[in-house]
Amino acid sequence: MNTTETFQAVAPETKSAPEPIKKVSIICSKGTLDMAYPALILANAARMSGIDATLFFTFWGMDVITKKKVNALHVATVGNPSMKIPTFLGGLPGMEGMATKMMKKEIEKLDLPSIGELLDILDASGAELYACQMAMEMFKLKREDLVPQVKGVLSAMDFFDKAAGSQVIFI
Amino acid sequence: MGLRRPKIKKGANMSTNTYAGQTIEVNDEGFLLDSSTWTPAVAEAIAQDAGIEPLTDRHWQVITFCREDAAKEGQAPGLRRIAKLSGVDMKELYKLFPKGPGKLAARIAGLPKPTSCV
Repeated sequence: MNTTETFQAVAPETKSAPEPIKKVSIICSKGTLDMAYPALILANAARMSGIDATLFFTFWGMDVITKKKVNALHVATVGNPSMKIPTFLGGLPGMEGMATKMMKKEIEKLDLPSIGELLDILDASGAELYACQMAMEMFKLKREDLVPQVKGVLSAMDFFDKAAGSQVIFI
Repeated sequence: MGLRRPKIKKGANMSTNTYAGQTIEVNDEGFLLDSSTWTPAVAEAIAQDAGIEPLTDRHWQVITFCREDAAKEGQAPGLRRIAKLSGVDMKELYKLFPKGPGKLAARIAGLPKPTSCV
């Protein structure tokens, strides 16, 4: 018996452009320059792309939004395989400060904003900056110790409420 | 110094829009392929398309700055540069050009998309 194959025409899948990101929530848990810059620059790039941005600073990230620390963030010279200096050298007194100074110089040469200026830009662009309640207690910080651009203090659960519908990024 | 135009092959990812009665070639993001086709009327039409109507003096202050700066520097100014030098601050820029102000201002000004991350 002859079998005939029948082809069923299937509509080709139309490739539509992916859905643009509408909102990002960035958790900033580190306080070194090489961790603070990516967090803030990404948040700013989001704002410049019309994406809402919420930043949640916790643990060492609190340094980024603490008045006394914001201009004194360092790069790690010890235990930092990306730095390419041997640990015994990186641990010498003054090395961390020197490496930080050199990095800040490079940043200035490229006319990139300082951390403080980035916080200003973010605030003006409508990004929302929040401090972690638990970290505030741990580091014995008060609201007055924080930079003026911080909008409020949130618990981790509050953060997740605010992060509804957004892409969450952990730094 | 000529404007550094993005390397776009003619015919690839481009279309034409009618702005102010003229047919203008734009790339797939809506940026003018040839900045010499820009006129203030084209700016008004692009702005209208983007939901900004009408362009106020403050808008024009930004647009004029962007065009002048681009002519000097050879590239569309980044948003931070606009906020520093145009006389319109960051907060107001986000109000005048909602969503992505650097990109939107450049598009309305007939300039290529700015490349800076700040």
